[in-house]
Amino acid sequence: MLPQQVADGIVQGAVYALFAVGYALIFGLLDVLNLAHAAVLLWGALLAWWLLALLHLPLAAVFVLVVLACGSLGLALNRLAFAPLRRQASNSLRPLIAGLALAAILEGLARGAFGSARHAYPPTALVAGSSQLGTVRIDWVQLIVPAVALALLLVLRRLITSTRYGRAIRAIAENPRAAALLGVNVDTTIAWTFFLASALGGAAGVLYGLSTGGAVFSGGEPLQLRGLAIIVLGGMGSISGAVLGGFALGLLEAFSATLLAAQYRDVVPFAVLLLVLLLRPSGIGKRRAARGAW
Amino acid sequence: MDALEVWYRTHSVLANLTGINILLALSLSIPLSCNLLSLANAAFMGIGAYTAALLTIDANWPFWAVLPAGALAAALVAVPLGLPILRLRGVFLAIATIGFGEVIRILALSLQVTGGALGIPSIPAKTTWWQIALALLAVSYLLWHVERSRLGHAFAAIRQDELVASSLGINVTAHKMIAFVLGAFIAGLAGGLSAHLTHLISPADFGFSRAVDILVYAVVGGTGAFWGALPGAALLTLLPEWLRMLAGFQAVHRLGSFDLRQIVTGLITLLVIIFFPGGISGTLIQWRRRRGAGGGLPGDDAPATPAPAGATALHSAR
Repeated sequence: MLPQQVADGIVQGAVYALFAVGYALIFGLLDVLNLAHAAVLLWGALLAWWLLALLHLPLAAVFVLVVLACGSLGLALNRLAFAPLRRQASNSLRPLIAGLALAAILEGLARGAFGSARHAYPPTALVAGSSQLGTVRIDWVQLIVPAVALALLLVLRRLITSTRYGRAIRAIAENPRAAALLGVNVDTTIAWTFFLASALGGAAGVLYGLSTGGAVFSGGEPLQLRGLAIIVLGGMGSISGAVLGGFALGLLEAFSATLLAAQYRDVVPFAVLLLVLLLRPSGIGKRRAARGAW
Repeated sequence: MDALEVWYRTHSVLANLTGINILLALSLSIPLSCNLLSLANAAFMGIGAYTAALLTIDANWPFWAVLPAGALAAALVAVPLGLPILRLRGVFLAIATIGFGEVIRILALSLQVTGGALGIPSIPAKTTWWQIALALLAVSYLLWHVERSRLGHAFAAIRQDELVASSLGINVTAHKMIAFVLGAFIAGLAGGLSAHLTHLISPADFGFSRAVDILVYAVVGGTGAFWGALPGAALLTLLPEWLRMLAGFQAVHRLGSFDLRQIVTGLITLLVIIFFPGGISGTLIQWRRRRGAGGGLPGDDAPATPAPAGATALHSAR
């Protein structure tokens, strides 16, 4: 059923794209892979559940709160680990490991706070409806998720191309020293980028929870690994590449669900990943200059 | 008498487990010594474990033959994998090895012969402490020897600066391949030993989190010296267990289901990586050197954590 696959793929792809952009933002700016990003998404999904199911807050409020909370989490992560390592002028291995360590801590805390079981989001009127469009049944969730994701991505684009902050990160991405000499406050800009990336991660977490009906711990690892596959596919530091790659992977997975047996379906992102790394490590985007936000 | 037996049994399990983790950390220290951030060793461990287990159960091979067979299987897989991916740099190599690890895990999950999600149960328990100890001694001796050999010096040169190393006539690709395959061999050996220790293996044992564990053992221990694996693996295996026993004794119900092991491991790793980048072994070596005559040239010892020279770090991702 072709249109159904496309719909599923777009929803899945929207979540992936939003999630992968968080990696791309930080990598494009700092050449560092923030391996704690998936844990932030997990917290976003769980926090949303808590706010929805236990505090009964409306979805819009929950969304805003989670985005702000996860953004702050990103700020904290930067403060705790990534900024000190930057100051020590460390090699590329240490931030990677710091990210893994932070992810472990975050996940352990999440298990303690929420328990390991799956947490279903309570059905709200907005989320549970559906309509029939010809042969395709579209849940309203399937419209909201991509719409919100696209809206956020458009805001991001505006932010990067038209604001002072956006110019600052583009300058730092090109040459941190020159940017500093030109008066850009590098540390603050980097901190805000962590906020932004993690806020988007939190948003992706909420959307992920909405699209799958709940938050579950076992979702963290596959998402983390898919996120990596996506940014490799799209080109490591490229935001538009991450978006394209996210949707591409979402659609690819949706279609392979019908073509391949269930367990082999999971091989798809990694097979794609390995292929891309072997054939075109710079990703599917145009070969662009060493660093550039878009 | 019973209490003593229980004590012995619990602690021997822990000791054996620690031994295997040390072996795994050692297996990773070789690729790390030439800057190969490989997260594939968990998958190689898995290959070794499954091969060994299947040979024991289905083909009735003797134990002493099964172990090298598992290790060899892992090494053989490492060769075609290494050829294309070892030319990738830094974080790209890491991601490629992660991808490979996932492919192996999913294959183990899907293939009939490997038993799917349930894995292979009832593997006869043939591993005892002396086999693990023997393996550790043999591998440690090997690494100690390599460190002092031409091979080891080539690895160190590659770690410092690949470009310079290759201009000195070192065949960088070949050396990386040797490091990678050797690491896979030892990981496969550890897998075979582990399979016959824990009686049961399943795909989940050899996935991403296992690979991260191994990396963390190696990094916390420090790669500055071959023996770095020991304190790293030992600390991270034993400390969470002790803490868990401690928490159990105090019946801290309010802690709920906090996964202490994860949090403690993460905290230790974070603290080490920020404040003691050389790991335990690197820090000890530094202290000893500082307390010594104060001599030795600066930058004498290769950096304990794989450190591409400053300039190459910028380009390493492109």
